[in-house]
Amino acid sequence: MKKQSVFERLANAPHLVWSALFIIAPLLFVVYFAFTDRDGGFTLENILSLSSYSGTFVMSLGFSLIATTVCFLIGYPLAYCMSRASEKSRTILMVLLMLPMWISLLIRTYSLMALLDNGGLVSTFLTRLGFQKLTFIGTEGAVILGMIYDFLPYMVLPIYTSMTKLDKRYLEAANDLGCNGWQTLFKVILPLTTPGIVSGVTMVFVPSISTFYISQKLGGGSFDLLGDTIERQFQNAVTYHTGAAISLVMMILILISLAVMNKFSDSEEDIIV
Amino acid sequence: MNKDILIRLNGISKAFDGETVLDSISLEIHDKEFITLLGPSGCGKTTTLRIIGGFETPDEGDVFFDGKRINDVPPYQRQVNTVFQRYALFPHLNVFDNIAFGLRIQKRPDAEIRQKVKDMLAMVNLKGFERRKVSTLSGGQQQRVAIARALVNQPKVLLLDEPLAALDLKLRKDMQNELKNIQHQTGITFIYVTHDQEEALSMSDTVVVMAHGQIQQIGSPTDIYNEPVNAFVADFIGESNIVDGIMLADRSVRFAGHTFVCVDGGFAKNEQVDVVVRPEDVDVVPVEKGMLKGLVTGVTFKGVHYEIIVDVDGFKWMIQTTDFVAEGETIGLYIEPDAIHIMKKSEFSGMFGDYSSFSDELDKLSVITEDEEEE
Repeated sequence: MKKQSVFERLANAPHLVWSALFIIAPLLFVVYFAFTDRDGGFTLENILSLSSYSGTFVMSLGFSLIATTVCFLIGYPLAYCMSRASEKSRTILMVLLMLPMWISLLIRTYSLMALLDNGGLVSTFLTRLGFQKLTFIGTEGAVILGMIYDFLPYMVLPIYTSMTKLDKRYLEAANDLGCNGWQTLFKVILPLTTPGIVSGVTMVFVPSISTFYISQKLGGGSFDLLGDTIERQFQNAVTYHTGAAISLVMMILILISLAVMNKFSDSEEDIIV
Repeated sequence: MNKDILIRLNGISKAFDGETVLDSISLEIHDKEFITLLGPSGCGKTTTLRIIGGFETPDEGDVFFDGKRINDVPPYQRQVNTVFQRYALFPHLNVFDNIAFGLRIQKRPDAEIRQKVKDMLAMVNLKGFERRKVSTLSGGQQQRVAIARALVNQPKVLLLDEPLAALDLKLRKDMQNELKNIQHQTGITFIYVTHDQEEALSMSDTVVVMAHGQIQQIGSPTDIYNEPVNAFVADFIGESNIVDGIMLADRSVRFAGHTFVCVDGGFAKNEQVDVVVRPEDVDVVPVEKGMLKGLVTGVTFKGVHYEIIVDVDGFKWMIQTTDFVAEGETIGLYIEPDAIHIMKKSEFSGMFGDYSSFSDELDKLSVITEDEEEE
């Protein structure tokens, strides 16, 4: 290892202090609470008791997988088009994509709630058109839609970045060697943009699986996801230990999926999120 | 050379953003020919190649392949493969998969693919490199993989876009020989783009010299060198002294204040012409035996010969001689009749062929900026 200069060490110091205070220490607390009982003694009880939450784990995993998949199916073609568009339309598309991110996630979720509510804009409009009275709020669809709506930009941006880095000579080479448009997509473009895909998937999957706000506002209280459960546990001082245990297991789940995905990308670049 | 014509370009024009790159190019390419498009950067040689490959569509004119018009045929349906400048090997695939790429698209059986890739690797001297990542290969090795990747598809025509430009001199010479051998072995038509005149002369059956989006001359390397049609070609191919002259009669030309016997004829009486004399064709003799007399103003040792600059009445000649001549010496120059080549006046007259501002350093500098412009 190269010896760090005084300046480098000084420059690093604020971040190190920050990490220690706000990342390492809280993590240690989570681990501590997960393995202790109310009297501070060591126990595996908290972890073992999690089997009663298996339904929550499965549902959270399912919702976030669906949301991630849909985000990919919308985001990948969008990123492709953006990377191919003229300078001007590229800017417009980028602004359209980024605009919602300038608004707080809470406000966005509330506005989606207002739109989808019974008697909200969408249902009023559809009823006027002669549709039966439809319910959106409180359905799986609304929760997943919320996840897609809130997290789509996080899918598009990393994929877009790797698309723009893709040298168009590779596409010409593929064309030259007999690939039509679809073959070029699957044989060259997809493999060469895998690092972007892995980042995008991670950045949508992780917040989706841990969200509590979206499911509370758009799920109408009928869907208890992992985030909701953890939040509830921590609001009650007595159940800190269960909350910590759920958090720990969820973190391990996320780490495993990241590891799997990094294997998938099969590239030299490590994806760090 | 009246073998069957494989590719015919007919009045091709192309402009990018209103700037004409190709101006009504017509060209016939014969089967099994090694043809080189030669010219400085911006002359339209790469665009011509890309039009044949299908990566650009001409604004005007037609491209015929085997007698069929192929203007609108996409690259993947053409029986043409390309070795790209800087190779464009797929970074996500190893050497084997890169070479097998085209065959897999054609859905050839696995055993056949394995055999063909193996044969190709043997041909380009890369046996045992199958599993290597392309990023771990040297420039020369990547170059070979790129050639193998294109040739394995047995195209009728191989397009090569300055394939050796990124290699060092020694490697470039080796690859020139190898490419020539490969072309002989496979009998595939090679269309080769380069700005290196030496490369063009040593490899090609036919050289097409291009400038300003137009073809200046098409011919065999010896024709191009010995019988350049205008000052541009004479200057671009090798070194040339290009002097204003007057054709007194057939086989008699006056330049530099002296009347010379030459071998050319067919010009009008007293027609103004450009006279080309190659530096190696001028003999250095004692002053009293010389046809011309000049003052040596510069001497550069080049290994096989000396390159000297001689001032003859204000016009600076470049002469290559194996005898040492000192700077400041006055010498006589002797020129044989068949060393004198007469050209009609052209748009390029007076632009080239005077060595008064010549310096090696300047020459290299201008080559570098040319290369950068091409990026």
